[in-house]
Amino acid sequence: MQLELRGITKRFPGVVANDNVNLTLNTGEVLSLIGENGAGKSTLMNVLYGMYKADEGQILVDDSPVVFTSPADAIDAGIGMVHQHFMLVPVFTVAENVVLGVEPTGRLGSLDIDKAREMVREVSDRYNLNLDPDAIVEDLPVGVQQRVEIVKVLLRDAKVVVFDEPTAVLTPKEIIEFFEIVKTLIAAGRGVVFITHKLKEALNIADRIAVLRRGQVVGEVDPKLATESQIAEMMVGRPVQLVVDKKPHAPGDVVLEVKNMSVVDAEGRTMVDSVSFSVRAGEVVGIAGVQGNGQTELVEALTGLRHSTRGQILLDRKDITSATPRERHSSGIAHIPEDRQRQGLVGGLSVAENLVLTRYHDDEFSHGVVMDWPAAHKAAEILISEYDIRTPSADIAVSTLSGGNQQKVIVARELSRTLRLSIASQPTRGVDVGSIEYIHSRIIKERDAGTAVLIVSTELEEVMSLSDRLLVMFRGKIVAELDPKVTSAMDIGLYMAGSRPSASVNA
Amino acid sequence: MNIVGKSRNLAARIARTSSFRLTILAVLSAMVVGAFIIILSDVDKLKSGDIVGAIQTVGSAYWALVIGSVGSLRAISATINSATPLILCGVSVAIAFKAGLFNIGATGQMLAGGMTSLWVGFSMNGPGIIQVPLAILAGAIGGAVFGAIPGILKARTGAHEVITTIMLNNMAAFMVLWLLKTNLFQRAERTDPISKVVTASGHLPRLFGFISDRPDLIAHAGFVVAILAVIIYWWFLQRTTAGFEFRSLGLNADASQYAGMHIKRLTVMAMMFAGAFAGLAGAAEVLGTYGYASQNFAGNIGFDAIAIALLGRSTPLGTLFAALLFGALQAGGRQMQANTDVPIDLIVVLRALIVMFIAAPLLIKAIWRIKVAPSSTGQTFRGWGS
Repeated sequence: MQLELRGITKRFPGVVANDNVNLTLNTGEVLSLIGENGAGKSTLMNVLYGMYKADEGQILVDDSPVVFTSPADAIDAGIGMVHQHFMLVPVFTVAENVVLGVEPTGRLGSLDIDKAREMVREVSDRYNLNLDPDAIVEDLPVGVQQRVEIVKVLLRDAKVVVFDEPTAVLTPKEIIEFFEIVKTLIAAGRGVVFITHKLKEALNIADRIAVLRRGQVVGEVDPKLATESQIAEMMVGRPVQLVVDKKPHAPGDVVLEVKNMSVVDAEGRTMVDSVSFSVRAGEVVGIAGVQGNGQTELVEALTGLRHSTRGQILLDRKDITSATPRERHSSGIAHIPEDRQRQGLVGGLSVAENLVLTRYHDDEFSHGVVMDWPAAHKAAEILISEYDIRTPSADIAVSTLSGGNQQKVIVARELSRTLRLSIASQPTRGVDVGSIEYIHSRIIKERDAGTAVLIVSTELEEVMSLSDRLLVMFRGKIVAELDPKVTSAMDIGLYMAGSRPSASVNA
Repeated sequence: MNIVGKSRNLAARIARTSSFRLTILAVLSAMVVGAFIIILSDVDKLKSGDIVGAIQTVGSAYWALVIGSVGSLRAISATINSATPLILCGVSVAIAFKAGLFNIGATGQMLAGGMTSLWVGFSMNGPGIIQVPLAILAGAIGGAVFGAIPGILKARTGAHEVITTIMLNNMAAFMVLWLLKTNLFQRAERTDPISKVVTASGHLPRLFGFISDRPDLIAHAGFVVAILAVIIYWWFLQRTTAGFEFRSLGLNADASQYAGMHIKRLTVMAMMFAGAFAGLAGAAEVLGTYGYASQNFAGNIGFDAIAIALLGRSTPLGTLFAALLFGALQAGGRQMQANTDVPIDLIVVLRALIVMFIAAPLLIKAIWRIKVAPSSTGQTFRGWGS
């Protein structure tokens, strides 16, 4: 099957999300669609998947035009999509999830679960997916859950499988396994569209790379010939510094000290298990780990959003274990939260209001109970220009900004004051290449000014390049302290997966 | 926690949904459907095939609505009188909405505030310049105290305010019934639950008191209190730190907690303020409209207020205009019933339709073919996991 997008244009009020996009995909090849956030990748795929109707242009399957009015049409035409956020029912088994919506039925319309199991086993064997049809989905690692999604798509007979940022949630080892699966799909004559913002991965797996910028395809490159910096430049429209530029660090006194801290979640599970570490002034300590290994809870306990059940937190030797979030904020702790939409910003409030969200009660911005909006506005204008936040005005809702600019709002708010400790969780998640460069340089600048910096990221490359010291978290414990300069990504990946490099064959 | 979070979301969404245009269109749509109801209920004319006559009934009914609400000074006064408690209770529901809370308890808070206000109203005997403000203040305090209860329950135990405010409405109703039978409140020589009369110096002055010989102009200074309340509400939201916290909390509770705001304190505060505004409505009714309290002086106002806050998208001006619209419908409805055979119940239908159309903005968008930008150009699906 050949799939062609011809002259696709999709407009939203005020934006052209896709501007005359032409793309073709043949079965048996991997097309990587790469571009910054807001470049129009998701919109394009939603058009292809029948969720949006294009304003102009055509979709052609084997040279004949088709019209998709719903995902069901797209599925019928042989297009499958694996979303970044999986759409699985956590308490159902693999087989139940896979057949949801296309249930095989026995007599009287009863669910034929044996048939469903058989179907899963058959597809799983054919593509080497190694899935147990009776496993409960919520018990499975994320990488395996993704395979369940893949089986779902294959069972609906997809000729073309679209993966939306499939590696974002995977460990390095799972990513390698994922690429193997992609190769199997290709060998079986299916086509794959691989949406990503990770240049290395696109270069690694794709047969062709199409670069999207501001809704347009700015070029197609051959991964055998192109380099990372070439593609990055195409994505952003200017040369980009991909490597974090930093001088050797000069650590000072211990600023943050955590002693035997444990955190228990609402269900009573121990998420952080007797963790001890310290961060010195002028150094970046990174915490690597697969998502869900206690990093979120650790950061929330450090910033006061969650109670620790045991242990102590010291800031400049002062015990802050029971201080409120605001007290910690005032004592010089900055917090860039991992989920900017949920925690870092109030989407419905303006850019200016978000820029003072954690500081509106300071004398600078309020007198008694009355806000000083002119002062807040003036400060906002300064931050907007200083941090290069691209917004038409300080008064529009922050939710209308791109991901990168939203993140810059948070970075500007949190770093634009005298700090002792800066805690950043996933500081560049879903942020475009240009903004990543900027945010990284800001963090290093903060370190050089003598702030203690704690970075938590699931992007191994990010923690490795930013950190002076690297801690690996696995199931609530810190399982390794490493020097990122002398440790390989593969080894760190093994720690993240809970094993030790020394035990592995390659070590 | 989950349900609470969801309702916060819903409340925030309702506070934001639909533009001014949608509101107008919802009112228009309701009028159109109302017209069909008038025609269909005019059985005699329909039987005789007198379609023109039936349509004429619609015309005269709606005309009477207009005349009865704004057609004369008397009509305007009646509209203002009906709108006064609606504005105050509307602000009560709106301020809670803004903080992400559903205040279904305006009725109970209004009853509580009305009773405390009444107590000052009949116990004191002038001078008016002191007694009236004191009685009004007593109303605000009574409402605030009663409103604080669901706030505290929510902050302390997580009890959902929808449930607790509804229950407290019932408790307030029976408490009023009991109070009206006590020696303190019950009018001398009466056996039914009816209160003593507010002393002459305690009455809210008539708004059009400067025009002599017009006892039919019933609007009173409660309207001034209501307008002041709207202004205070606006000032609070836009100019104070707590107002900023309310707005932030209503839009995103997680981010507000992250920003160091005291969610529990704000929850109690929001319900307390909501109660204070509803309490003022009670004061206005007791001191201005009736001059005493009977068992059911709050009527349906507390519930209509929910529709009003919805209709006005919880903004100060929106709530004011929505309450004026409802007040006009109330006043005009009486005229309509008098002039035509259309019963005043049609007003209830119209209001219900307006609310329905507001609550279903998609329906309005479909009917009037409005193109609306999707809220995000990105992912439409959201699953669990990751």
